[in-house]
Amino acid sequence: MSDTARRERFEETVLPHLDAAYNLARWLTRNDQDAQDVAQEACLRAFRFFDRYQGGSARAWLLTIVRNTCYTWLHKNRQSDSTELFDEEIHHPELSGGADPEVQALAAADKETLSRALEELPDVFREALVLREMEGMSYREIADVTAVSLGTVMSRLARGRTRLRQSLTAELSRGF
Amino acid sequence: MSCDLTQHFVPGYMDGELDLVRTIEMETHLKDCPVCAQKLEDQQGVRAVIRRSSLAYVAPAVLRGRIQSSLRASAKTDNEVRESGIQWRSLHVFRWAGAVAVLVLFSLNGWQLTAPLRETFTDQRLAAEVFSSHVRSLEANHLMDVVSTDQHTVKPWFDAKLDFSPPVEDLASNGFPLVGGRLDYLEGREVAALVYQRRNHFINVFVWPDSNKTNSIQPVKSRQGYSIMRWSRDGFQCWAVSDITGSELAEFIRLLENYNSSEPN
Repeated sequence: MSDTARRERFEETVLPHLDAAYNLARWLTRNDQDAQDVAQEACLRAFRFFDRYQGGSARAWLLTIVRNTCYTWLHKNRQSDSTELFDEEIHHPELSGGADPEVQALAAADKETLSRALEELPDVFREALVLREMEGMSYREIADVTAVSLGTVMSRLARGRTRLRQSLTAELSRGF
Repeated sequence: MSCDLTQHFVPGYMDGELDLVRTIEMETHLKDCPVCAQKLEDQQGVRAVIRRSSLAYVAPAVLRGRIQSSLRASAKTDNEVRESGIQWRSLHVFRWAGAVAVLVLFSLNGWQLTAPLRETFTDQRLAAEVFSSHVRSLEANHLMDVVSTDQHTVKPWFDAKLDFSPPVEDLASNGFPLVGGRLDYLEGREVAALVYQRRNHFINVFVWPDSNKTNSIQPVKSRQGYSIMRWSRDGFQCWAVSDITGSELAEFIRLLENYNSSEPN
């Protein structure tokens, strides 16, 4: 394949998923400029390794690279921050009773409050939620991108949603 | 099915990721168990609120442009390697052809001949990049990062963003008002893009430092109805592109150049 043909095929196959790439990078780095840097680096890296792409979901393939680039970047630039290690076995989701105030909290949560709550979640929950709720990916795809089992995907989504709910409730009870 | 198990499968159930047997088991259990039903409702509530809020970010147009330029640049580097290979081979031919003195003479000549040729290749490639940057800036609705007709606003804006300080002039009195600027990406580096207006047409002027060039102006080229011009001055390489006529663009550049030479630094 000539250089031009290779580039054109890459632009047709992979670049349409740049929004998804930027979105994931944006939620993992929590910052526009960093997300742009990471997304760009990931795309160029994907182009270098384009020969290894074996068909299948180009989006999942690209997002796997974006995610790895993100974590490498976060590790290098923000060692103290962010990557709260999360032991799935220790952190059990708390069962909460009395749903009413929470229902209200959810209904009242504006975009900004929700964004903040999502940004405060541990990375593993946040990425699962981003891939599921914003990118509409299947559990199988999420499992591939994040390199964990289907069961782990399911439990991360459950815990992520539960935590998000709790933090919105807490936020709103502070606000009123 | 126990509550423990049910609660474990709640997300898979509501996301439609369970197999048929498990789905039926879940449905049966949820009908009779208010605790698990509540759990399901909670999860659905969060999912709904995230989806409703459309939280997904969209990649900025400038990022898309930068990536495309980089992809093109990386393909080009390969071409340049090949190009220099050809020169090396043609040198070999000379080497076989004659005596050492002749070789020295010829290869010198050969080098002088290929240098302008190489320049033309680079120019053609750059013209293509400049052209696509111009089109992209209009298509992607990303013409300007800083919107101002005041050169004293635009210039400091660039100074803060770039590692060089591009000359910025307003030619409003000559019918070419400055309308703003943005950062763009050419030749694998960040460049200043100044935006001028001529009636309803826009002119993009790309500027970046280039110490190798002596002051010069190339004639206007046209490409798919657009006029493109390259010139160098005071250590900057400049390119202008627009859909105005070639003669208007030449006039614009002449004004820009005069403005500069009349400016007391």
